[in-house]
Amino acid sequence: MRSLKANLLELIRRTSAELPDDVVNVITRATPQEQQGSGGRYAMDVIVKNIDMAKVKSAPLCQDTGSILFFVKAPKGFDQLSFEKAARDAVAEATAKGYLRQNSVDSLTGRNTGNNLGPGSPSFHFHQHRGMRLDVRLILKGGGCENVGAQYSLPEVRVGANRDLDGVRRVILDAVVQAQGKGCGPGILGVCIGGDRATGYLHSKEQFLRKLDDANPEAALAALEQDIVVTANKLGIGPMGFGGATTLLGCKIGALNRLPASYFVSISYMCWAYRRQGIVLNDSGRIVEWLY
Amino acid sequence: MIQLVEPYTEEKIRALKMGEMVHVTGVIYTGRDAVHKFLHEGGKPPVDLQNAIIYHCGPVVIKEKGKWVVKAAGPTTSTREEPYQGDIIEKFRIRAVIGKGGMGPKTLEACRKIGCVYLHTIGGAAQVLAECVTDILGVHLEQFGSPEAIWVLRVKDFPAVVTMDSHGNSLHAAMLEQSKERLKAIL
Repeated sequence: MRSLKANLLELIRRTSAELPDDVVNVITRATPQEQQGSGGRYAMDVIVKNIDMAKVKSAPLCQDTGSILFFVKAPKGFDQLSFEKAARDAVAEATAKGYLRQNSVDSLTGRNTGNNLGPGSPSFHFHQHRGMRLDVRLILKGGGCENVGAQYSLPEVRVGANRDLDGVRRVILDAVVQAQGKGCGPGILGVCIGGDRATGYLHSKEQFLRKLDDANPEAALAALEQDIVVTANKLGIGPMGFGGATTLLGCKIGALNRLPASYFVSISYMCWAYRRQGIVLNDSGRIVEWLY
Repeated sequence: MIQLVEPYTEEKIRALKMGEMVHVTGVIYTGRDAVHKFLHEGGKPPVDLQNAIIYHCGPVVIKEKGKWVVKAAGPTTSTREEPYQGDIIEKFRIRAVIGKGGMGPKTLEACRKIGCVYLHTIGGAAQVLAECVTDILGVHLEQFGSPEAIWVLRVKDFPAVVTMDSHGNSLHAAMLEQSKERLKAIL
């Protein structure tokens, strides 16, 4: 049977080289919306071709293999330290094999560690659950899209945003305009309303664990998610900022309670190269399910 | 589709217009954040940048059987080089900058003055673009780390769109204005 490290290595390889079906479906549906011969259509055609090639070649879809974010749900009493060691070993091996780029830089010296390991890389987010299975999800999030993320503190006079859902809508759409094509659109937004500056951004990233075709159980948020996509696509920014019909492929919004004094809206932008995958391991360590 | 083949002369570059699609064939140099800061601070370039093309790219390159192999080679976001790019274009007479996301007024002005264009390629399309790299001719400034080094790439039919030309036109500036106006109307 394969070791945990070997399973995690395969999870990394697949995440880097293959987009999940729900993302591919949305990209496939969006492509014919762009006019033949336009820059937007050209971009979408290249994107579709690239998705196919990366899968066939088992090579990184994008050269920026991004921040390495592990989200783990584990049984009570689970040995997190051993998991972290196996994951670090898998990350280093994935880097040596070229599934991941050498992507971790010492912020003080500028030295690249060469193996993607270092303070904060990879990052781990553990949660316990009562089941016996181990649920490991991985997101690889590139730097270009991370850089266009934004956090607003409401009220925001510049865009006329008050402390209500209309204000939330205004700052989200402002973030889309500010991002233009720089985050490798068409993009997907993960948004958190509330929380503090740290939990808000984390919760906005956790939205990326949701499938694009899911439904938000909170009706007000479900409506806002739909409205943001429809409205953003009227802005004309289009694929790569070349102009066109598809500026966003999706928007997922969650909410956390806030302090009376604070009203943050934290927006994470995910590029079209939305690399997310997950595995479920049974109590003997075998992969029993691929989650996306 | 316009073929842009080395040598990259001012005449060929001046003929390019915003919105045109090009295929680049010849040698190009990768260079991103660390390289631009280094050059801007007076660092001596290890390659001849006169009439060169700079590609904002941090590729995935590994050594297989003693030979460099490009595993992925898409563009990085260019706007981070905006504080440096215009000066570097002028100093070395760069003929084209390949990247994604576009650049600002300082770069646009240098393009107009020197005869340089900004070529926008498709962000994230690391496989389609790696396929166009036919050879790695060398690597310089490796002390900046693999993604930040200058990789000397020979490319064939490398696809890009002219989004900033040498006549003062920028698709990015136009798109930003248009989308701001539309948002204003919606709100």
